Amino acid sequence: MKHPGMTEIVRNTARLITGFIALFGIYIAATGHLSPGGGFAGGVILAAAGVLVVLAFGRTVVTAQLTEDRCHVWDAAGALGFLAIALLGFLAGGFFINFINVLVGKDKITVSLHKLMSGGTVPLANLAILVKVGAALLGAFLALSAFRSVSSRPENKP
Amino acid sequence: MSNAIYLLTFLLLLVGVYAVVAKKNVIKIIIGLLIIDYAVNMLLVLVGYRRGGVAPILEPLGEDQTLEAASADLAARAVDPLPQAMVLTSIVIGLGLTALMVAMAIRLYEKYKTFDMNEIRKLRG
Amino acid sequence: MGIEYLIVVLIGLMVIGALIAIEMRDLLGSVIALGAVGFALGVIDLLLGAPDLAITQVVVEVFALVLLIRAVRTREDTSTQQPRDTLRTGIVLLAGGLLLAAVFAALVSAGHMPAFGEPILAGGANVPPGVSADYLANAAKETGAANTVMAVLLDYRAYDTLGEATVIFAAVLGTYALLRHIGRKSDRPGGAEPEEAAR
Repeated sequence: MKHPGMTEIVRNTARLITGFIALFGIYIAATGHLSPGGGFAGGVILAAAGVLVVLAFGRTVVTAQLTEDRCHVWDAAGALGFLAIALLGFLAGGFFINFINVLVGKDKITVSLHKLMSGGTVPLANLAILVKVGAALLGAFLALSAFRSVSSRPENKP
Repeated sequence: MSNAIYLLTFLLLLVGVYAVVAKKNVIKIIIGLLIIDYAVNMLLVLVGYRRGGVAPILEPLGEDQTLEAASADLAARAVDPLPQAMVLTSIVIGLGLTALMVAMAIRLYEKYKTFDMNEIRKLRG
Repeated sequence: MGIEYLIVVLIGLMVIGALIAIEMRDLLGSVIALGAVGFALGVIDLLLGAPDLAITQVVVEVFALVLLIRAVRTREDTSTQQPRDTLRTGIVLLAGGLLLAAVFAALVSAGHMPAFGEPILAGGANVPPGVSADYLANAAKETGAANTVMAVLLDYRAYDTLGEATVIFAAVLGTYALLRHIGRKSDRPGGAEPEEAAR
């Protein structure tokens, strides 16, 4: 079973729009503190871009570059990033305190209210969650699609 | 009208429980668990709804609007944000649960060559 | 009032879609009917003033459909069911449903649960004091984020989000662990015997 990809039309379309899907996912996660969305939805959209590439080009072509181990590494990196943001809160008094807001000063929090760089650690936490959820779901999909049934191996066929 | 909405949500929950309890196919049991998940999430969001309310997002301030006035106005008009935050985590946890259940279903099919619980229960694999 | 009629119609569609998904014999068709139920829930979230939830529900539903279609190998539900079983299950579920509705009606009339459309944001007569009104009034001033739901998730209640990241981590780790051995051994040229590989 060779996991072939799909036809030429699907492959060309995937080449054109996968970048846009991934960019859309990152946009939804990065502006989660200004408009609806957030890190979780962005992570699932990013994983969906990866799933599109795997389905369109075939698993053997894709896993030459995007192995499952790399997904494990990015997954752990996202989780450690989130923990790092939590532990850095000790700079400002306690666990998970929004230390950027405290360091900037109480009266300067709302200066940049609707701009991208506002909210202290909230956009940073959104990006950590994006990396974590996206890598975890893509790794789960790769593990599910790697499963070749015992009865369809060539030496087991009658 | 409000009673009808809550009663229909409980009906969806019972449909999910029926699928888990009475069906003998592994995929149907997974579908039943997902329906229970949808019903519970919907009930939580329905409790926080305010008639004629807006989403709890602060609009950019107008010409001569202070932040306190805009925030107090939002607190008087918006729906409840706390159930929404909890349901957001619940939705993504449901996706992780689906991945785990699908992995178990694939291993079951691999070993027993069927999805039928009556056959699997005989433990002939 | 128009929104409430629309919500009732959509929940009715969800119940019908759920029943179709359960009773269909074709497994692929029942999985697709489940997808319709999830999309209807996304539309209901949008009508109830929860746009974050609508985006997340629709995207998660699409991903769950991809995973479930991967799992559906046979195309038919070949199991049978005794009619005596179905009657017993139906009676038990009906009794349970009536009990649930009665308990809920008692709670609403005693004031412990808010009526539909009037949430108790700051505590009431019989309800413990709530924090939602404080979150709505102070989120922009204390955290600098305009989206109150994200401010609640990642600043006021960030510990719960850490717990949720842990649960997702554990679930995906379980998926890797369940599918590990077969995926590795099938790449070797000789292959393994079925009994050893399925351990």
